[in-house]
Amino acid sequence: MTDGIKKTKVIKVDYLARVEGEGAMYVRLHGDEVEEVRLEIFEPPRFFEALLRGRAFTDAPDITARICGICPVAYQMSAVHAMERICGVEVGGSLRDLRRLLYCGEWISSHTLHVYMLHAPDFLGYAGAVEMAKDHPDVVKRGLELKKVGNAIMALLGGREVHPINVKVGGFYSTPSRTELAELREKIAHGLDLARETVRWAATLDFPELVLDYEFVALRHPDEYPFCEGNIVSSLGLDIDIAEWDDHFAEVHVPHSTALHATHKGHGNYFVGPMARYALNRDLLDDATLELADEIGLEPVVRNPFRSIVVRALEVFWACSEALRIIDRYRPPPAPAVDVTPTAGVGWGASEAPRGILVHRYETDGRGDILDARIIPPTSQNQPTIESDLRAFVESHTHLDDEKLRWHAEQTIRNYDPCISCSTHFLDLVVDRG
Amino acid sequence: MSDVTRKKLAVWKFASCDGCQLQILDAEDELLVLADVLEIAYFPEATRNEVAGPYDLSLVEGSITTQHDVDRIHAVRAQSDVLVTIGACATAGGIQALKNFDDVEAYKRIVYARPDYISSLATSTPIAAHVAVDFELPGCPVDKRMLLRFISAILNGRAPDIPRHSVCVTCKARGISCVMVRGIPCMGPVTNAGCGALCPRYERGCYGCFGPQENANTDALAAEWRAHGVREADIRRAFHAFNAWAPPFREAGEKIDD
Repeated sequence: MTDGIKKTKVIKVDYLARVEGEGAMYVRLHGDEVEEVRLEIFEPPRFFEALLRGRAFTDAPDITARICGICPVAYQMSAVHAMERICGVEVGGSLRDLRRLLYCGEWISSHTLHVYMLHAPDFLGYAGAVEMAKDHPDVVKRGLELKKVGNAIMALLGGREVHPINVKVGGFYSTPSRTELAELREKIAHGLDLARETVRWAATLDFPELVLDYEFVALRHPDEYPFCEGNIVSSLGLDIDIAEWDDHFAEVHVPHSTALHATHKGHGNYFVGPMARYALNRDLLDDATLELADEIGLEPVVRNPFRSIVVRALEVFWACSEALRIIDRYRPPPAPAVDVTPTAGVGWGASEAPRGILVHRYETDGRGDILDARIIPPTSQNQPTIESDLRAFVESHTHLDDEKLRWHAEQTIRNYDPCISCSTHFLDLVVDRG
Repeated sequence: MSDVTRKKLAVWKFASCDGCQLQILDAEDELLVLADVLEIAYFPEATRNEVAGPYDLSLVEGSITTQHDVDRIHAVRAQSDVLVTIGACATAGGIQALKNFDDVEAYKRIVYARPDYISSLATSTPIAAHVAVDFELPGCPVDKRMLLRFISAILNGRAPDIPRHSVCVTCKARGISCVMVRGIPCMGPVTNAGCGALCPRYERGCYGCFGPQENANTDALAAEWRAHGVREADIRRAFHAFNAWAPPFREAGEKIDD
């Protein structure tokens, strides 16, 4: 070695804690220069795209839900919308509202899990929420209570919180009565108060300095904060129908990951998830949510990834508020589902999973059997951006001692609420730059 | 530091969706009490802390699909006093066991641009195919209340009460009118109880996510579904789903020639 002064240093974590799934982090520095950064995903592949072939189109929502125990509703929603596109069916009115209500439940539950149990311990300096509860019992109890509100919505509309059984292509197996929703309403109204406190509390946390220039990508619907419908838009002006996905996005298979990396063709890495949704759809939030955002001084576009916890909390508040609006206007639908006739064709579906857009594409034959399936989950889209964040963070914080640098580097990954089980199955794509 | 008075709990993940271990974090009312009476010694989804083994109680989620995981489950067994599988993946191989009926090399080519980067065994197998398992909790996902009752029994030295009867018994006990007699094909007669007859309560036929009950008469069920006009491929797919590799469902599906 010619430069005896500069030392090579490796910061790594072999098994990342408080993320969903199995991943590792590897950062190699030479002096103050970051030489290599990897978010390694070693979750064993489960081959969903392959095992969906030959299944009935009606199996897709239940099978793809099993990709992720934390966001099964997202998988069910992307799947049913793709299948309904193929079959030429539109689900509107109260059934559409109930789907949005179910999705509110998943956002509240999944976001609250992340905010309080997976992310907050980083800010307050604890190994986990149980350890944090010893010194901050009220914070942890508030989180658990709020999470329960999301789970109550999923339990009523879906039958259970993990892998709901009530969603089908065309609608639901059974729909709730107004009395059942009235009982749920009381819980959600309490949840709205807890969510408001959560937003105010999250805004007071200490955020490491890091402001980055992202291309944000999210769904955008003309009239409402997005769940299952709308075009795919970006902060660089992209505005496309989901079916045009392949013209604009590509995936790359890299050796250190069982997840494919996604890129926006001609632009590179991009960012999906709460910060992207908020940046691209802020004008569609309701007045109460906007007032709360103003009260805590949340800027219209957040570019510090550590502050994603505040945006996530704000989305929980919005989801409680949206759930109340849906319940207040609810009229039981004439039937729990619309009729769907199996049809040959190709269909795309996209929805906003808690962690960002989740795209499905299916090809079916005339009996409704699946010929081909593709699934593009949010974490595999974010993976290159997570790595570039890690690089940027470590480069600007080399003065920290190793333990602190390692902890903050882990936190940089947890900013994305990465769902590694989800990301471990993707497309049959196909650019290899290796 | 380890704590001699409390039993040490470890939660392990193999090929899975995380939904079964999430049931522990979803026990909002019980989680903090649980953390008082048990020492959460290894549970990476919940904490960065790791306390070295041995462990009194190991909950294992997920199936075995790689050589690395074959080695890992033996190491887990060696450090565990009581080892329990939670959910359909660990108990029966999970939905990913559908690859066992097919060619895994073809699967890799379907999903990955560079199949040579992927290492995966030809099969997805339950934990009991590799090491001795003390108890198996079924379900996709495992039922939260069943899991909590189980942990409580272990902590108090009681024999755990894991139901082995069919979903039909639950429907009768709860006064849920039979969906099959109303024309909806249902797996309830051959499926293990534990879910509270969730699907029939929602006007849906059971789809077998808790796996086969003891002595399931799958031939009789297939005949009943035929009488309802269900096509052969759909009967096969009903057996070959979330518990496809559980022997009674595996064999029942393999008998059907569609």
